[in-house]
Amino acid sequence: MQTSDHILQAIRIEKEFPGTKALDKVDFHLRRGEVHALLGENGAGKSTLIKCLTGAYHRDGGTILLDGEEVDPRDTFDAQKLGIGTVYQEVNLLPNLTVAENLFLGRQPRRFGMVDARAMNRQARDLLADYELDLDVTRDLASYSVAIQQVVAIARAVDLSGKVLILDEPTASLDAHEVAMLFRIVRRLRARGLGIVFVTHFLEQVYEISDRITVLRNGQLVGTRETTDLERRELIAMMIGRELAAEIHAPRPEAVQGPMRYRFRNYGSKGHISPFDLDVRAGEVVGMAGLLGSGRTETAELLFGACRADSGQAEIDGRPVELPSPRAAIRHRFGFCPEDRKIAGIVGDLSVRENIVLALQARRGWTRPISRAEQNRLVDHYIRALDIRTADREKPIRLLSGGNQQKVILARWLATEPELLILDEPTRGIDVGAHAEIVKLIEALREKGMSLVVISSEIEELVAYSTRVIVLRDRAHVAELDGHRITAHQIVEAIAATNDRRAS
Amino acid sequence: MKQKHLPLTATILIFLVGYALCVAQYPNMLSTRVIGNLLTDNAFLGIAAVGMTFVILSGGIDLSIGSVIAFTGVFLAVVLEHSSLHPLVAFVMVLAIATLFGALMGAIIHYLEMPAFIVTLAGMFLARGMAFVLSIDSIPIKHPFYATLKGLYFKLPGGGRITLIGGLMLLVFAIGILIAHRTRFGINVYALGGGTATARLMGVPVAATTIRIYALSGLLAGLSGIVFSLYTSAGYSLAAVGVELDAITAVVIGGTLLTGGSGFVAGTLVGILIQGLIQTYITFDGSLSSWWTKILIGLLLFAFILLQKGIIYASRHRQQRA
Repeated sequence: MQTSDHILQAIRIEKEFPGTKALDKVDFHLRRGEVHALLGENGAGKSTLIKCLTGAYHRDGGTILLDGEEVDPRDTFDAQKLGIGTVYQEVNLLPNLTVAENLFLGRQPRRFGMVDARAMNRQARDLLADYELDLDVTRDLASYSVAIQQVVAIARAVDLSGKVLILDEPTASLDAHEVAMLFRIVRRLRARGLGIVFVTHFLEQVYEISDRITVLRNGQLVGTRETTDLERRELIAMMIGRELAAEIHAPRPEAVQGPMRYRFRNYGSKGHISPFDLDVRAGEVVGMAGLLGSGRTETAELLFGACRADSGQAEIDGRPVELPSPRAAIRHRFGFCPEDRKIAGIVGDLSVRENIVLALQARRGWTRPISRAEQNRLVDHYIRALDIRTADREKPIRLLSGGNQQKVILARWLATEPELLILDEPTRGIDVGAHAEIVKLIEALREKGMSLVVISSEIEELVAYSTRVIVLRDRAHVAELDGHRITAHQIVEAIAATNDRRAS
Repeated sequence: MKQKHLPLTATILIFLVGYALCVAQYPNMLSTRVIGNLLTDNAFLGIAAVGMTFVILSGGIDLSIGSVIAFTGVFLAVVLEHSSLHPLVAFVMVLAIATLFGALMGAIIHYLEMPAFIVTLAGMFLARGMAFVLSIDSIPIKHPFYATLKGLYFKLPGGGRITLIGGLMLLVFAIGILIAHRTRFGINVYALGGGTATARLMGVPVAATTIRIYALSGLLAGLSGIVFSLYTSAGYSLAAVGVELDAITAVVIGGTLLTGGSGFVAGTLVGILIQGLIQTYITFDGSLSSWWTKILIGLLLFAFILLQKGIIYASRHRQQRA
């Protein structure tokens, strides 16, 4: 009876990695025609479970039933043939092939042994018509936006497999409009009877689209619930095992007014950011709010010397300084955690230890190596202090979850004992638990007297830790809020107000 | 115009403008005779470059081509001198050897996960060494069948000739274009060039495709060796040194991205013709050193790499704004 109801059943799945039990007898049941959200902190085992289902990993124990029959996919391609298709956050299609070639790679219609491009393009257009897409399918995939590529990936996965569709963080790089388009398609596929697994960090989206929710924590199943019966507070409690919401929204302590340390006057760079004035005191967190592309990252890069200023002056403790390069900024005890840690932050194959000592070693210069014992002491200190979850300090950093990678990068800069720390989206793509820890860490650093500049898209988060908030718009600093004026409402108003001015 | 056609269009324009300039100075260059010779003189290079195009499209490189050409020539010369085998039989034998040789390199590249550069570099030394083992002398080929083959040509109006080898090169290009754009294998080659890991996830048979790519390159290098031995009527182990580099040059000037995944087989033909045109011009001039060919081709190659960089930069920039 259960088999007719459920399209995919994973029973007591086990998977062990050296040093950790990634999945401990986890059950997961997916019904026909439902969107099932799979949630959990980073490192909870979501990705591992999905990789076991799609054959990317080989499970150590447990059974997988597809349509009531036991299956054992050897690899993702095999899983696809069985009926389980997966779409990842990074689109796994070939940007240099046309849309039609991507859809039909390996199964192109043929005439007399030759690929029949006309038939292929026609079939591709027909296929995409089901997804409300009317594209020139003979153009390269790279010429379309990520959202459209995502839909093409879904179309291919559904067309190939047709029973189960796994969406692994599909919305991470999409804007609101594109998410709405994606969700329309997901609902349509649900109506067609597909079982859809939806992995995400965005809880609003979970409530918008999913029918049921399964939560994992530390490799174990916490529970499966109907979305409508599960309150958000309770869901967060399930995910992190403690009441975190309260911690994030704790009242901000009165700002301690430390001495003025950094003073930037008329600082700017043509084509990147218009000249701005910025003061940062000791023991202060300056938040940067604004929409994507408003110039937040450009500001950070300018402050750090990653992009050269062509106007204005910088002063530290009243002395004028030049910041033509990151090296110079590091010499002045600046630290910078860039936004995209995969590209600009971590060195994937190096160990946790090597990643942490990287910046410190660079500042000391290669002629003065840090002894191994000193490195170990330092790294162990930060692993403890920041609660970095890793089996040991020699583990390659790419094997860590996103939140833990972020903490390693933080540790890298903290090890250089910076006096001004610039964080660009420190909480992006990490789970609720690690999120709260990083927020707490920012506050602890501020209390120790460090100056911080923090960029974030999450206004609530900025409100929680900023002593001052700069609002940016169109590559310019347009407003500054401090004291009791730092509220989510005020920040949104400030962003919107400048909008109006522009319109008039 | 689609962006991926830009390098090819640039190549064709450069060829046409270059040819027009040559003709303006030496009106005699506008004759079917010159065009026929252009094809004949570059036949072996063109055939090898077709194989190289597939290799580069897949994101690899094949440095063994020149050595395989030399080996083929020496093998044919030795076999025809010391046995009574018909040249056609010898052709089949040497093509089989060259194809197997390529397939073996492809298998090593795939299964041992070695960079193509190193594997084919080893192949280059191996093939050249085998040629020396067979003979260190330049051996003339005097078989009557060779004379027959060299006598075959198609007469063009105006006195030009499409010789057998020139025609063979055009045929190889035509088949190459068909394979690249009209077969699953061809599209898989582009898929590998776009990203091996992704291609594997999408179900492309990576092993079979890689092996076939290098086997094809080996086969065409062997064929190129046969053409070269017809062209020179000799086999010599020091022949065709650096031909792989000329082939790579032709492929890149023809608009194929050196990192793989984008380009056209037809572009390679134009790349070959541009190289041939520069050589022809220098022959017509008579007073210029033949090194000017290398200098001009070097500059052209550099310009094309810049153009490709520019296109990649422009498309990234456009995506960011979108």
